[in-house]
Amino acid sequence: MTLLVVDDLQTEFATRDGVLRAVQGVSFALARGQVLGLVGESGSGKSVTGFSILGLIDPPGRISGGSVKFDGQELVGQPENTLRRLRGKRIAMIFQDPMMTLNPVLSIETQMVETVLAHERVGRVVARERAIESLGRVGIAEPAARLPQYPHQFSGGMRQRVAIAIALLNRPDLVIADEPTTALDVTVQGQILYEMQKLVREAGSALIWITHDLAVIAGLADRVAVMYAGRIVEEGPVAAVLDAPRHPYTRGLLDSVPANNVAADGTQARRLRQIPGMTPSLLKLAPGCAFRERCDRADAACAQMPDLRAAGGRSVRCVHPLAEQIA
Amino acid sequence: MSVAGGSTAESASRPRDASAPDAAVLLEFDGVSKRFTRRLDFVERLAARLGADVRESTVHAVDRVSLAVREGEVVGLVGESGCGKSTLGRIGCGLYEPTDGVVRYRGQALQRAGRPAVQMIFQDPFASLNPRMRIRDIVGEAPQVHGLIDAAGVDAYVADLLQRVGLDPSYARRYPHQFSGGQRARIGIARALAVKPEFLICDEAVAALDVSIQAQVLNLFMDLREQLGLTYLFISHDLGVVRHLSHRVVVMYLGRVVETAPTRELFAAPAHPYAQALLAEVPRLDRKRRTYVPIRGEIPSPLNPPSGCHFHPRCPHAMARCSVEVPVLCCGRLRGGGGRRVI
Repeated sequence: MTLLVVDDLQTEFATRDGVLRAVQGVSFALARGQVLGLVGESGSGKSVTGFSILGLIDPPGRISGGSVKFDGQELVGQPENTLRRLRGKRIAMIFQDPMMTLNPVLSIETQMVETVLAHERVGRVVARERAIESLGRVGIAEPAARLPQYPHQFSGGMRQRVAIAIALLNRPDLVIADEPTTALDVTVQGQILYEMQKLVREAGSALIWITHDLAVIAGLADRVAVMYAGRIVEEGPVAAVLDAPRHPYTRGLLDSVPANNVAADGTQARRLRQIPGMTPSLLKLAPGCAFRERCDRADAACAQMPDLRAAGGRSVRCVHPLAEQIA
Repeated sequence: MSVAGGSTAESASRPRDASAPDAAVLLEFDGVSKRFTRRLDFVERLAARLGADVRESTVHAVDRVSLAVREGEVVGLVGESGCGKSTLGRIGCGLYEPTDGVVRYRGQALQRAGRPAVQMIFQDPFASLNPRMRIRDIVGEAPQVHGLIDAAGVDAYVADLLQRVGLDPSYARRYPHQFSGGQRARIGIARALAVKPEFLICDEAVAALDVSIQAQVLNLFMDLREQLGLTYLFISHDLGVVRHLSHRVVVMYLGRVVETAPTRELFAAPAHPYAQALLAEVPRLDRKRRTYVPIRGEIPSPLNPPSGCHFHPRCPHAMARCSVEVPVLCCGRLRGGGGRRVI
């Protein structure tokens, strides 16, 4: 069942140097229990897409077009009050830096109990029990003892788990996670990915996982959408996209990963295959495909922005897509 | 970007044998420890005198590490945050004095005067460049101080260095904020190269960069090594990067080296349970929809490390002996790699 439909979403920021169009017509749909990986490099618009769904765009930014339908309800243009009732209740967000999202002067207990009481008319005792249960669920030992503690008494990985516990308090239908494990060590990251998988499996929540790390997506997501310069350039099932990318940018991104430069006999290629050039500035984006300056397949036809064309359960925004079979 | 030729024949036989025992040892850590102690403040001293139980707290950041890096070698140093890898790197280039042990460079005590042969490239390309200095001064200051060039030669020297790291020499008059993350990383490299070092310590030098930019900078590191005959100690938490660059990998856990082995052997068959767990946790592109099984627990606080083997509370093979004895790093060949085993 489709839970979230994002259609032609556009978000822009008015800057001194002109209008910066961070998200330029992003569309995707997400069903319950599904995990979508939103991948891209810095400035590709992946985080802004996540914020836009929750309406967390502050001036000078604004959502300038498109629609976000959550469980049939339109979210774009809704008053703040309506959105507040959804945020933290049915849609939760996990941010990259748990140091910034937890209030350093309030105990974990206060922060968690408040989150429950903001959405439900229950007593403090019940709210506290829910908090303990939620902390236990994300793998924090002795949750009752840790509850009265303050954020600084937790390590980075623990803090992120507290942030996740808060996000999961009200058993949300949709969780948007913005690079939640980027700052963490691999062993801690493994634990958090494990908790998230469990949540999706047990509670049937939908999950949008925003990251630049293709390897995490490979292990976690069902579908992946690759963003470049504010647009989705390729979308499809994880295995198909990562094993046989059709967009030259996805190909280039995968080729840049050191692990993909290992020969069959286990020796490492001396040089990594790299994408030439740099990500273009969104302020002076030439018309046409944004990747064509860095693409070896580009020609005159690329001067016009290609559409996101769907075929066989996946779609690609390219005039000269790579063949299906390329390994 | 200036790209080194790197003929295919040469690249096929990538000098994995650079770690051959006949190459001279450049940098050598001999039983190096570093402890950070927080001294008691006035009130605490007073309280202690009155009989309260307050003691100085000591962090064993690096605990009796011995490590030798040979000329031409690339050694990867991996471990999780707080394992002491950055501290070891800083000791290696003379930024910290070791509490115990000695650091030798070409057999002599690491000199702090004269031309610095060991240079460091720092993690954060934003924080490690002075925002009020122009690139020309950031890169050109040190060689002037060390008498490598005179004031008149700065512009030409800086232009040459910028070109070498793939930046347009006309950028020399700009300030750091006018550059992207990848460009700043290149500036950091140019600054390190300016004093003609033989040995570079790269502390998470590519961690802050996007994958496509990271690939460009890693290639630059490889090119420079070939052109200038550099030796690297490459500190990173990213095992994929370390695997790509290094001949030999050193795994640290809570201040101690737990395993060291040639790269291929370590990745093929890690011997230490921690190294095994670390390698197993690395997300990989070829493992779709995997089920994550977490290692229980987290890296313990170095303020109060577990007794015996530091890894024993998390280790699946732990037994009574592990919590008592500190295992020694044995040089014996264990499944081909010199490793330490927790028995």
